[in-house]
Amino acid sequence: MGGVTISRRFDFSSSHRYYREEWSEEENTRVFGLCALPNGHGHNYTLEVAVAGDPDAETGMVINLVDLKSAVNGVLEQFDHKHLNLDTPYFSDRIPTTENLATVLWELIAEALGRVPLHRIRLYETDDLFVEYYGEAA
Amino acid sequence: MSAPLVHLSRCYSFSASHRLYTDHLSFEKNEAIFGKCANPNGHGHNYGLAVTVAGPVDDATGYVIPLEELDDTVRRYVLDAYDHRFLNVDVEDYFDLVPTGENIAKRVWERLSVPLGDKLRKVVVDETRNNSFEYPVK
Repeated sequence: MGGVTISRRFDFSSSHRYYREEWSEEENTRVFGLCALPNGHGHNYTLEVAVAGDPDAETGMVINLVDLKSAVNGVLEQFDHKHLNLDTPYFSDRIPTTENLATVLWELIAEALGRVPLHRIRLYETDDLFVEYYGEAA
Repeated sequence: MSAPLVHLSRCYSFSASHRLYTDHLSFEKNEAIFGKCANPNGHGHNYGLAVTVAGPVDDATGYVIPLEELDDTVRRYVLDAYDHRFLNVDVEDYFDLVPTGENIAKRVWERLSVPLGDKLRKVVVDETRNNSFEYPVK
């Protein structure tokens, strides 16, 4: 039997601000527009986590969804209803764009899942904007 | 380690009419193949267009591509030409090509591959919420 991908959706809400301290106010506004406003703004993020593998011969599962939910929810506690720049340690040296947030979530979720291979994460910032990351380097 | 490779997708929409008909076949043959879609005066759809680009995440900005640049590109190269038009009559892409969802996906890809180059990864055209066309197939 071939491998199967299973995907589970999660929601969380966070605020963020795009701003580089070493740039001038004008440069930040030119590059980041409204996202550079001083007090930040927020989104309802939707995260889809996909793991892939062969279904277990006894359980028929690639991963027990209870374990997947527990691993991902454990990671999302750090982000849900938080300000990404101020309340998490991951964006001191990088902008909390959807791209960077996806790679951070990949690292944390992959670690939380242990031996279960993470296949893809898809992170929606809004309904019409999302990023996908497969753990690949450019 | 080199920068992570992230895929970013953005969803757009345009409204256009089309007629599925080719001068290379008889009227009867056109009707047999295209049915209602061969109606002489055409009909319309609200098309959804999802554009996926991929590339390394920029160290300074955290972007794969500035969203404004992607939006401007899609607007200039596709939406300005397609939105509120009769594709067969108003858009040169279809002067000698039936504007099926398949062909629209390919033509949109060709238009966007000029400015986006290797960054362009996928084009998805939704003709209705039931009919979707992806190019290229991977």
